[in-house]
Amino acid sequence: MTHTLLFGYYLRMALASLRRNLLLTSLMVVAIGVGIGAAMTTLTVFMVLTNDPLPDRSERVFHPRLDAQDMSGYAPGGEPHDLLTRLDAEQLLREKRGVRQAMMYAGFSVIELDQGDDMPFRQRIRYTSSDFFPMFGVPLQHGQPWSAADDEARARVVVIGADLNQRVFNGGNSVGKLLRINGEQFRVIGVAAPWHPQPTFYDLNREGGFAEADQLFLPFSTSRALRMGFAGNLDCWGEVDKEEGQLGLNSSCAWVQYWVELASAQDAADFRAYLENHSSQQRQNGRYQRPVNVRLDNIPQWLDYKRVVPSDVRLQTWLAFGFLFICLLNTTGLLLAKFLRRAPEIGLRRALGAPRSAVFQQCLVEAGLIGIAGGAFGLLLAWCGLWLVRQQAVGYAALAGMEAGTLFGTFLLALVASLAAAAFPAWRACLVAPASQLKSL
Amino acid sequence: MLALRNVSKIYRTGSVETTALRSLDLHVKPGEFVSVTGPSGSGKSTLLNLLGLLEAPSAGEYLIDGALSHTLSDFERSRLRNEKIGFVFQGFNLVRDLTIFDNCDIPLRYRGMGGTERRTRIESALERVGLASRARHFPTQLSGGQQQRVAIARALAGSPRVLLADEPTGNLDTHMAEEIMAMLEGVNQAGTTVVLITHDTALAARAHRQIRMLDGIASEIDAVVSDTLTLNASALA
Repeated sequence: MTHTLLFGYYLRMALASLRRNLLLTSLMVVAIGVGIGAAMTTLTVFMVLTNDPLPDRSERVFHPRLDAQDMSGYAPGGEPHDLLTRLDAEQLLREKRGVRQAMMYAGFSVIELDQGDDMPFRQRIRYTSSDFFPMFGVPLQHGQPWSAADDEARARVVVIGADLNQRVFNGGNSVGKLLRINGEQFRVIGVAAPWHPQPTFYDLNREGGFAEADQLFLPFSTSRALRMGFAGNLDCWGEVDKEEGQLGLNSSCAWVQYWVELASAQDAADFRAYLENHSSQQRQNGRYQRPVNVRLDNIPQWLDYKRVVPSDVRLQTWLAFGFLFICLLNTTGLLLAKFLRRAPEIGLRRALGAPRSAVFQQCLVEAGLIGIAGGAFGLLLAWCGLWLVRQQAVGYAALAGMEAGTLFGTFLLALVASLAAAAFPAWRACLVAPASQLKSL
Repeated sequence: MLALRNVSKIYRTGSVETTALRSLDLHVKPGEFVSVTGPSGSGKSTLLNLLGLLEAPSAGEYLIDGALSHTLSDFERSRLRNEKIGFVFQGFNLVRDLTIFDNCDIPLRYRGMGGTERRTRIESALERVGLASRARHFPTQLSGGQQQRVAIARALAGSPRVLLADEPTGNLDTHMAEEIMAMLEGVNQAGTTVVLITHDTALAARAHRQIRMLDGIASEIDAVVSDTLTLNASALA
């Protein structure tokens, strides 16, 4: 009861004090607001870029790399290629040493609609194997993903995304319907619910990992049987397959993305040993020329290695928080001047029975109000800052938006920052010796 | 009520030491009216600051209502000031931005008192000093005498056991000074102990006891109740 009464009193006194010198109050609000605005803008962008795309399993989903290239350009200790050869990928997939594993690549296809008036359109497509869906937790609205048997049989089945389902079939359960892709008929086996991991860790080639969500999935084996088109990075260093060219099974080309899910993060050492053993065998049979050099990164490590967060964004975030610190130092100075100018009144309140703690709390309430006002101003600036970010030509631009977390975080940061800035001035204020001030009120 | 035992107060500024009070013994009984006179710099205000727990003695002991001041925490000293001591200062010490009502409200707020009781006490205190109709005025809208009456009302609203008045008439004309003095006498007659610091010997003479300060040493010049003051022998020597 007493604390509630006093808090209300502090609030009233704080408002009166802030109104007393509007210029000084405005300066402090602007100082905190500008600092908070800059910090929240860069922090929001940073958070978008450092988002964990699969938070429930990112520590145990791994991206293996093998050094299959020839000795051209070899440097000891260098990083293996990001992609696997088709031969390695198919062997790893066949040996199933993880809980789940999938190989994949991307391409473009042409979809023809049965309705006569609609023109065919180009659609980005992901060719993968059956574990892709359970391994990455792709939710399905209707139907199911294809099975390993479908992979084996090179079945003409597809899983489509919610947007594509809407565009082609006007939404609803489209399982069983036929879709003409590149002139071939495919049966829709599943319709995925909206699913868009950010960043798209399994394919960072497009927009730095912040491109639109995949909408069309088709078995890898089927895609190769039909010689479907490829869109991605391709590095070749040796002979190519006579029948299928660079994408052939025996071509010395790295172009396949490969992911594996292990039962736990602790199983990584065993899987790495397996990869080393595989590389040794490849060296023994003369396929690999380089010394054994493997990597096994989980999703956070992979995103870190691929520098999904550009170094300038990191720098901007540090600079913005440095700027916020300077703003807070200014606020501290202004609050110190404000509180100590009120030393005679504080002395009087002390004489009339206010303990030091009451003076301290009263000062903090005043600083808290400044923090809330600064937070509101900072929110406005952050909103403007994020709007500017969205105008930039970067892949993550569209994601730089104001969400509930940003809103709450802005006020919390403003409040904490203002209280931190006020701690020293409030401490000095509560040390005011009442006897020395009573003759100066 | 108030007892100083062999109390000294020394101010240190760098290597310079200034002795404001020297080995002072003083005992003020409940309900007494004690005046303290002396030239500027004699230690009057320092004595009042010690009695009001606004400063701590450099040596010696101070008991207020049986509690040893140096054993109390800041919170306990603040509570004692709030509940048992009322202050009236020469400069009135009213907060300019607060109304008369809100000025009187300050000590009651820190006591955690409910709104109704605070209002009753403040209105009663302002009634007592004849300023009930000015509750919503600001200090700058009042004369010096009225402001001092507000300061007295602020002290009275808390029903203190001791009223410490530091030159309360110093900034007032004779008529106003007489009015304030009469008010203090009325407060004392109602049972509150009053310690009055003043330059005015005529006003000081109206107290039960008069103490004269000189160079930090106290001496009783008109002992109405002689056993209540013990003068330090060594200090007088």
